Amino acid sequence: MKPLVPVAPGARIALGVSFFVLFVAVWSAATFSGFVNPLFLADPWAMVKSGYTLLAEMGFASDVGMTVWRVLGGFVIAAVLALPLGVLMGAYKPIEAFFEPFVSFARYLPASAFIPLLILWAGIGEAQKLAVIFIGSFFQLVLMIAVTVGNTRRDLVEAAYTLGVSDRGLIRRVLIPGAAPEIAETLRMVLGWAWTYVIVAELIGASSGIGHMITDSQALLATDQIIFGIIVIGLIGLVSDLMFKAANRSFFPWAQLGR
Amino acid sequence: MSIDILTVRGVERRFDTTLALQATDLDVAENDFITILGPSGCGKSTLLRIVAGLDQPTSGVVQLDGHRITGPGADRGMVFQSYTLFPWLTVLDNVCFGLRERGLPRAQQLDIAHGFLAKVGLKGFANHYPKQLSGGMQQRTALARALANDPRMLLMDEPFGALDHQTRELMQELLLGIWEAERKTVLFVTHDIDEAVFMGSRVVVMSARPGRIKLDRVVPLAHPRHYSIKTTAAFTELKAALTEAVRTEVLAAQAQVT
Repeated sequence: MKPLVPVAPGARIALGVSFFVLFVAVWSAATFSGFVNPLFLADPWAMVKSGYTLLAEMGFASDVGMTVWRVLGGFVIAAVLALPLGVLMGAYKPIEAFFEPFVSFARYLPASAFIPLLILWAGIGEAQKLAVIFIGSFFQLVLMIAVTVGNTRRDLVEAAYTLGVSDRGLIRRVLIPGAAPEIAETLRMVLGWAWTYVIVAELIGASSGIGHMITDSQALLATDQIIFGIIVIGLIGLVSDLMFKAANRSFFPWAQLGR
Repeated sequence: MSIDILTVRGVERRFDTTLALQATDLDVAENDFITILGPSGCGKSTLLRIVAGLDQPTSGVVQLDGHRITGPGADRGMVFQSYTLFPWLTVLDNVCFGLRERGLPRAQQLDIAHGFLAKVGLKGFANHYPKQLSGGMQQRTALARALANDPRMLLMDEPFGALDHQTRELMQELLLGIWEAERKTVLFVTHDIDEAVFMGSRVVVMSARPGRIKLDRVVPLAHPRHYSIKTTAAFTELKAALTEAVRTEVLAAQAQVT
């Protein structure tokens, strides 16, 4: 091994998969041998079986659907509002000076701490779940988008001006397209965070969703179901991340060059 | 004598307490190819940036065709030392950038862009992205992009400074050929004396900081120029004189530092 030397694509996949295998192997060794009490940690096979029961008999698929819907709903609302504000803050320094201190403060407010307040304001319906995700992702998005847009190479800006670009044209034709791949990466990252917020939102005051199933299972000491729920979240996260990455690559082929 | 299209009058630029450029006058006639020589930090790039409208003079006036320059515009195309192609646009769309901004129909944009890409020898590279090109090819695209806009003047800030020696010489011939054909008015900043003499119809030498114009010489070499001209007596004579003038300034600049 040498620092920063890339690994062959085949070897890369093999290495990635082998850690999952190792993980399951350690888990199996700990549980099947009786080393860990099944009350605290179910074995992989029990987890798969209860997963099947959850999906086939207890309508867990609709819980998964609810959770996905909430994440996407809250995230899309946050992204749609954060994009224009972030771009404006990145482009116009007075706008940045106006919002930036508050946004910097607001992004450290823990979204989960708002849950009691949000239940008070919005009840325990969908609006409350969406609001948790919105609070958790909106401020992060705004700030990161503003920084990305503000970091546009100044020599490109100057070149655009000597080509006769107007101020609006500069934003539309230089700042936004130049920042787009990095903004897309920001969206991908924050979507990952939104997944952690949704589960927290569903642990309290929900009647459906993966988080709700997990709280129910806790009451029954069904660790196999809890683990299944957690793994489902992980898998959905992994798949959505891969899809996002693939989309970014096909939208911005130029950003992949010369890496 | 042709009419001056650009006049620089008493232009001075101060950065906080440092005087970068002191009261400079310069007249540029239509079709002039003026090369500006000087030690690094002498304010030659500052002067060019003020003409481009990317920097404002602390005092003094720059006029293009009798109109005062207050900001950048499409009438002064610029080629920078750094690679400034838009990485998200293909070579073709980079060249179309200014034309699209002017609202030209797409067919006309493509027509003009393909013409200039052919002139800079990049016919087969229209659909490449900048990162797929060598440094020399990127600068040729930048030149095509500036020329496609049909500016009154072309401003060049050490455009070949980052290229290797061989590529640089080829670029000089290419630019000279284009200038001989198009007869643009060019202001070209460099610290390469060979380049200044070979390309310029006039060479201006700037002093060490605070920069001012110290020497202004017409280059007595006929066009079209072939690279072999670099070995003629007229060339070497002027080169020797300029080398002497620049050397004095480089020494003066170093004395300031120590």
